[in-house]
Amino acid sequence: MQTFDYVAAQTVDEAVSLLASKGDQARVLAGGTDLIVQLREGRRQLETVVDVKKIPEANVLSYDAQNGLHLGAAVPCHRIYNDPVISKTYPGLMDAFTLIGGIQIQGRASVGGNLCNSSPAADSTPTLIAHRTMCVIAGPSGQREVAAEQFCTAPGRNVLENGEFLLSLRVPAPPKNFGAHYLRFIPRNEMDIAVVGVGSSLVLGDDNSTVTDARISLGAVAPTPLLAVEAAAALVGKPISDDTIAAAASAAAGIARPIDDMRGTIQQRIHLTGVLTRRTLQGALSRARGES
Amino acid sequence: MAEATAYQVIGTRPVRPDGADKVTGRAIYGADVRMAGMLHGKVLRSPHAHARIKSIDTSKAEALPGVKAVVTHKDLPEAPDKIANLGEGAVNLKFLSNNVLAQEKALYRGHAIAAVAAVNVHVAEEAVNLIEVEYDILPSVLTAPEAMEDGAPILHDGMTTTSLGEKTDRESNVASHYRFTLGDVAEGFKQADLIIEREFDTATVHQGYIEPHNATAMWNEEGHVTIWTSTQGAFVVQKQSSEVLGIPVSQVSVIPAEIGGGFGGKIPVYLEPVAALLSRKTGQAVKLVMSRTEEFESTGPTPGSRLNVKMGATKDGRVVAAEASLAFEAGAFPGSPVGPGGMCIFSPYSFPNMQVDGYDVVVNKPKTTAYRAPGATNAAFASETIMDEFAEQLGIDPLQLRVMNGAKEGDRRVDGPTHPRIGFLETVHAALEHEHYNTPLEGPNRGRGVASGFWFNVGLQSSVVINVNSDGTVSLVEGSTDIGGTRASIAMQAAEVLGIPYESVRPTVAGTDGVGYTDVTGGSRTTFATGYAAYEAANDVVRQMKERLAERWNAETEEGATALTAEDVTYSGGVFGCSKDAGKSVSFQEMAELMPRTGGPISGRATVQPRGVGGAFATHIVDVEVDPDTGKVSILRYTAVQDVGKAIHPSYVEGQIQGGVTQGVGWALNEAYLYREDGNMSNASFLDYRMPTCLDLPMIDTVLVEVPNPGHPFGVRGVGEVPIVPPPAAVANAIYRATGQRMTDLPMSPGYVLDKMQS
Repeated sequence: MQTFDYVAAQTVDEAVSLLASKGDQARVLAGGTDLIVQLREGRRQLETVVDVKKIPEANVLSYDAQNGLHLGAAVPCHRIYNDPVISKTYPGLMDAFTLIGGIQIQGRASVGGNLCNSSPAADSTPTLIAHRTMCVIAGPSGQREVAAEQFCTAPGRNVLENGEFLLSLRVPAPPKNFGAHYLRFIPRNEMDIAVVGVGSSLVLGDDNSTVTDARISLGAVAPTPLLAVEAAAALVGKPISDDTIAAAASAAAGIARPIDDMRGTIQQRIHLTGVLTRRTLQGALSRARGES
Repeated sequence: MAEATAYQVIGTRPVRPDGADKVTGRAIYGADVRMAGMLHGKVLRSPHAHARIKSIDTSKAEALPGVKAVVTHKDLPEAPDKIANLGEGAVNLKFLSNNVLAQEKALYRGHAIAAVAAVNVHVAEEAVNLIEVEYDILPSVLTAPEAMEDGAPILHDGMTTTSLGEKTDRESNVASHYRFTLGDVAEGFKQADLIIEREFDTATVHQGYIEPHNATAMWNEEGHVTIWTSTQGAFVVQKQSSEVLGIPVSQVSVIPAEIGGGFGGKIPVYLEPVAALLSRKTGQAVKLVMSRTEEFESTGPTPGSRLNVKMGATKDGRVVAAEASLAFEAGAFPGSPVGPGGMCIFSPYSFPNMQVDGYDVVVNKPKTTAYRAPGATNAAFASETIMDEFAEQLGIDPLQLRVMNGAKEGDRRVDGPTHPRIGFLETVHAALEHEHYNTPLEGPNRGRGVASGFWFNVGLQSSVVINVNSDGTVSLVEGSTDIGGTRASIAMQAAEVLGIPYESVRPTVAGTDGVGYTDVTGGSRTTFATGYAAYEAANDVVRQMKERLAERWNAETEEGATALTAEDVTYSGGVFGCSKDAGKSVSFQEMAELMPRTGGPISGRATVQPRGVGGAFATHIVDVEVDPDTGKVSILRYTAVQDVGKAIHPSYVEGQIQGGVTQGVGWALNEAYLYREDGNMSNASFLDYRMPTCLDLPMIDTVLVEVPNPGHPFGVRGVGEVPIVPPPAAVANAIYRATGQRMTDLPMSPGYVLDKMQS
């Protein structure tokens, strides 16, 4: 591991100015569960690591029915799922936040960092997308917001420009009859990277059957997490049924464009996209109906 | 015999002597070794699977501030191309030396090329990247079947196959070919009503011990080298290091650190001679520790294999012929465990006609080394799958089929030896009667499988010294590194003989200067052989005490009385008595206090090479559920039945069985070395080399069957290895019952199982 400077920024402005002045040679540290490993393994060389955990706005964790969830980018997973109100309100987020890495990793790892690492297989990103999450970005010219599905641009790359960093995430309060569910497929039962991950959400009409809104997001089947609008289209406006779910699953599989690698083949990933889309929609449905 | 004896200590479950220090972090492992002025080393490893080394330029690395020395193969003496027995079987010294630091060729990705010693590990890492190596990249070959093809890239120029003991003249990657024959398989197949023939492939897997390899060496001004390392055998490190370094064994001392797992993988030397070379060049102690990636890419996994097995049975379930051709990947240098694989494949059974051909094939992967019953798990995956097919196709219960064909005392193995008293059938009967086997498995996509396995175990050499303390306790000095609770199991055997509490025996694992020669902790030999030495050493203590008491009591008796001899002194329940005078009584503790007045200190000693090794058999039952959408296999329930001879410490025996099953299930389901086309491993980390976690297995039930080994005073059989043998076959048979598909490849990962289900 090469030597580098560590700076714990105290304010948004301090972080922005440091990042702006160091360019490619600086990177933001929150939990460090990706960054430190990358540095140690020589996959990344940096002059400066900017710790944002001391910045109050990056540590906010609040929820109210008006504004929804405001989640600081540096908040570790364990703080989120140990909050009784938030964990009860967003079970579809908790599906992902409780399985990133392992318990020790969740003590450090932040959801913001998971998004900024911009892996196509990141566990939290599909479910953030399914929840219509907005990303609050701080930078030299103030703050801007980007939808979660627009955040990643390529493996390991995202919309952050020089001097910018992810400050927080805003997740809308769940509307009435909302349900969401995230599942990933891994060969064992923990400590693994998704072969495929799918996050789905549904909103049902007052008849508890007609789908008024649906969001399906796919992980590890493209260079970035995908929002499968084609799959949602198979559901919206129709009464939910095994057939519409099957049509959505098939549409999701149809847009998957995965690669072959050591974790799975193209064929297996396309197949699993269909399986997990079906299963997450069934899970989301049962949550939307208050059955689980 | 042993089963009728009531023991005081044996069979109880005391706390292990090393337990508290291990769970509180006080135990000193190899990576904890720190010396004044110690330097840190790092090894440069080949990025190519197969390449000729044209040049190595170390000048930039040497110029980096903080770097103290760089070594390459040129710093090693020329190793003779000869075979030597180095305590883990025969080793070609040139191959051993070339594996420690590559000479003309890099034969696998991760092959050590050079090493640096520097003031800290970060400087050493940076320096390693400044070494310039010019490679001539050669085509690589990664599997045994490919390496055996005509025109395959040849790893070792001039290597020809030794076939059935004769040198052939054709250059080949097949280092050797052997054949075991019993009866006449061609005649046997003529009697068969049902013949099944299948081809199986198994992947390369790693032992996956939690503690990486490490070594710290100090080469002093007198030319004496001291090595601190985590190893399964200090004397083997001493021998191997002295051969590689070209110095006498008497100039090498090895001090074994506490060891964080080995499973066979901590027998060969990798870092020890390199640390010694760096210390010689710098005059300072040098420490080397591997990363997990280095572990996967550079240390011995157990081989991938291609297994062709054909077996024939009569309608009534008698297997009349069994034939196997086993091709094992040796890795970059010859020496795969294809021999043990052939010794074990059919040995639970008394088939009348058997033949096994084994091929040891070099490929561009790290040199394989032992892994828990090496070779037997690969082999049993094939033979136990076909046994299951026989049972299914002949309509016979799979365990009853094993009863019908099971080996007993007097039956001959394909490799020649005749079984002594063994407990295979007892394991099958215990499984048949077990509640697990008699509870119906309900629910869709579920199946139950069984499989059996054999491991022969070994004896080898051990030494033990027992020193009696004045307070009636003893210190026991042994040379067997404690991997699985053997300090306890050895101390318990001494305590039993000495008639003193287990807590009164303090065992210590000594290095090469502290105890007589002792072979590796391996081959499931330690509780058997070093335990045997402890038994003998304890008896030596008792004998000396009896002699002293006879003399003492003679001095007390009136003149003219018949002199007592040691034979007249009895010892029972910790008290010495006299068969000719019931009034005489001295406790062990009193005798210990009397030592200064009866001739001085008492040390019992024993060196043993016990021949009465008792083989181990296991029969496992597993229930699985297969996700029909994904092919993922969940283990619902697992019961492992094993003949353990006599369980000295039942908890640690159960622990060995549970550990073996866990590793076997990992091998069955997900573990595999995955390679890219260029011959580089793509999953050299615990993230993507998927060993089971605690969420992947249920509690593993164990059943200890005790058929005493007549070759050991307490009936001990080695227990550590055989539990890894049945799991892949048992899981495959269970998957078959769940899905109707026969599994022929390991690992049975979700993608593979799904493909089979959709085929």
